Amino acid sequence: MARTITYREAINEAIAQEMARDERVIVMGEDNVGGTGSPGEMDAWGGVLGVTKGLYGRFPDRVMDTPISESAFVGAAIGAATGGLRPVVELMFIDFMGVCFDQIFNQAAKFRYMFGGRAVTPVVIRTMWGAGLRAAAQHSQSLLPVFTHIPGLKVAAPSNPYDAKGLLIQAIRDDDPVIFAEHKMLYDTSGDVPEDSYALPFGEADVRREGDDVTIVAIGRMVGTALEAADELAGSGISAAVVDPRTTSPLDLDTILELVEDSGRLVVVDESNPRCSLASDIGAQVAQEAFGALRAPIQLVTGPHTPVPFADSLEDLFIPDASRVAAAVKTAVDWTK
Amino acid sequence: MDDRIQRVTMPKWGLSMTTGRIVEWFVEEGDIVGKGDDLVDIDTDKIAGTLESAAAGPLRKIVAQVDQELPIGATLALVAPAEVPDSEIEAAAAEALAELESLAQAAEAEPEPTFVSVGERSISYVTLGGGEATPVVLVHGYGGDKNSWLFVQQPLSEGRPVHALDLPGHGASTKDVGDGSLQFLVDTVLGFLDALGVERAHLVGHSLGGAVVAATARAAPERVASVTLLAPAGFGGTPNARYLRGFAAASSRRELKPLVGDLFADSALVTRQLVDDLLRYKRLDGVPEALAGLLPTLLTDDDRQAIDTRAILAEVEVPVRVVWGREDRILPMPDDGDIELVDGGHMLHMESANAVVAGLGKTLE
Repeated sequence: MARTITYREAINEAIAQEMARDERVIVMGEDNVGGTGSPGEMDAWGGVLGVTKGLYGRFPDRVMDTPISESAFVGAAIGAATGGLRPVVELMFIDFMGVCFDQIFNQAAKFRYMFGGRAVTPVVIRTMWGAGLRAAAQHSQSLLPVFTHIPGLKVAAPSNPYDAKGLLIQAIRDDDPVIFAEHKMLYDTSGDVPEDSYALPFGEADVRREGDDVTIVAIGRMVGTALEAADELAGSGISAAVVDPRTTSPLDLDTILELVEDSGRLVVVDESNPRCSLASDIGAQVAQEAFGALRAPIQLVTGPHTPVPFADSLEDLFIPDASRVAAAVKTAVDWTK
Repeated sequence: MDDRIQRVTMPKWGLSMTTGRIVEWFVEEGDIVGKGDDLVDIDTDKIAGTLESAAAGPLRKIVAQVDQELPIGATLALVAPAEVPDSEIEAAAAEALAELESLAQAAEAEPEPTFVSVGERSISYVTLGGGEATPVVLVHGYGGDKNSWLFVQQPLSEGRPVHALDLPGHGASTKDVGDGSLQFLVDTVLGFLDALGVERAHLVGHSLGGAVVAATARAAPERVASVTLLAPAGFGGTPNARYLRGFAAASSRRELKPLVGDLFADSALVTRQLVDDLLRYKRLDGVPEALAGLLPTLLTDDDRQAIDTRAILAEVEVPVRVVWGREDRILPMPDDGDIELVDGGHMLHMESANAVVAGLGKTLE
């Protein structure tokens, strides 16, 4: 039965249910056990944001605390995955992934391909992304496009608790390496989530709202922003559909194309930097596949090409808000050739 | 408020409904309305339905405007004899507005579904109504759940308890369906009656649930006051195997949506929310196995009906009523036998809820 829980609780529940179902599932990460080498019932921290809280108490043999050495423990998790375990490894901030790019890009992503399908790497790398926490330039990036770029990796970015649980269960059951990107500003949001386990297939977009005049594609926290803008626009008689791709790799381009073929207008909202972004990628694919259906130039709403500023007022300006999305929609809707 | 004023209120169609949106009024202020007249189309997040009038007389005031979203119980219109002064009507309308907030709070605090153990399984159900009259038990069809009675359960529950359960493999009940046989489902319904302490009940079953309640009446006639079968499985004819097999196998919206349209005479009733809810159900661990396990109970390998409900009914001694939607595209309507027809497709209890409720009302009396 569904009840209301938070995004953080949904993630925790997904891991706990999969650990109970499959003893090959292990958890690794910093501060899972309350500090390196802490004995006993030291699961109070549950990682830096408390997401894995309680897991050590339930599964003491399968929750490992790691040193602050991402390249080592992500590499170890990838090795464990090829050896038959299903590690769920937490790498605090997506911004820190850089120190283990070789392990992720050159090893995990390549094994299935280079060993002719005879090796699989069922590892999930959980990480938080996105701006808004006043955590400055090194803890606020939205680096999803970097991982989406790499064949062999799957990338999930849930926008709500229901999707978070189902996508994480799918990620754990998936035989390929998955970057599971949790938006840090969504941890305390809540929604209806069934108590039973369920897996959400990758590559299936969720149409969160239907609308005829324009199709808004949004990712992660921006889904809420887009829905807010769509509400606002309804007041001015503009009917906007909002689509959440849920996974950026694989990407459900078919659903996006279907909607754009009806509306003729596309706005993509993504808080990452604009160059080589999800916005530019989705925009380019739609331009190529559905050019004839477009009645206005594709509008991209993204952060600027700058690091995320530390000053509150500047960080607020960096992140797209509903009024920017609404303005982009109006530009598309008012467009005349 | 002048007790000659009768209020038309927002109905509650199903567990999850807390508000409804006014789509279209079919009557105007000043019209004389009769009991059973179509008054207004209301949209819920699941499906749109038509509210029939329970009152008779001049429609004095329409309080709820098109596109307004209102909590269940909210006053939509006022019916009153001509001699009630306009000032009284206006006062009642103002009172209705003042009530909205407390109604919205009450709507959020509705009865929650609960669980009962039947054998080793946990069965989810919800009860509306109460009182001494013989209870009613509603048994959904293949792939359905207790919420499919959304337009039916509340109106039936005036003065009697009405229980809607999730069969094993469905809704929030345990997903394991044992051998998936009709007998297993009958045992579950009887176990459910035992667990609730219900000695005797009117059973209403839709589709597969229709065959289940018929077989339950045959197995334990002393426990069953009457059976009402809505588009029951096992009446012969060629079932829509494309739908049944497709529904069991579908795992994405793209596969599911065209199939679900077959359930209704008016495919436009299939909202994105309805498809989403079905997908959410279908993705739960154990559900694909449960649906696969039950399918042979419905359908033979060469796509014929696997149950013979007519043969079962021949041995049933309690009152039986069979109702079919004229445009059923899932299970064919038989062209013989004592069958009542209503508008709508396979989901007649959603599309023609008012007619179904009216018919049930007669059986229950």
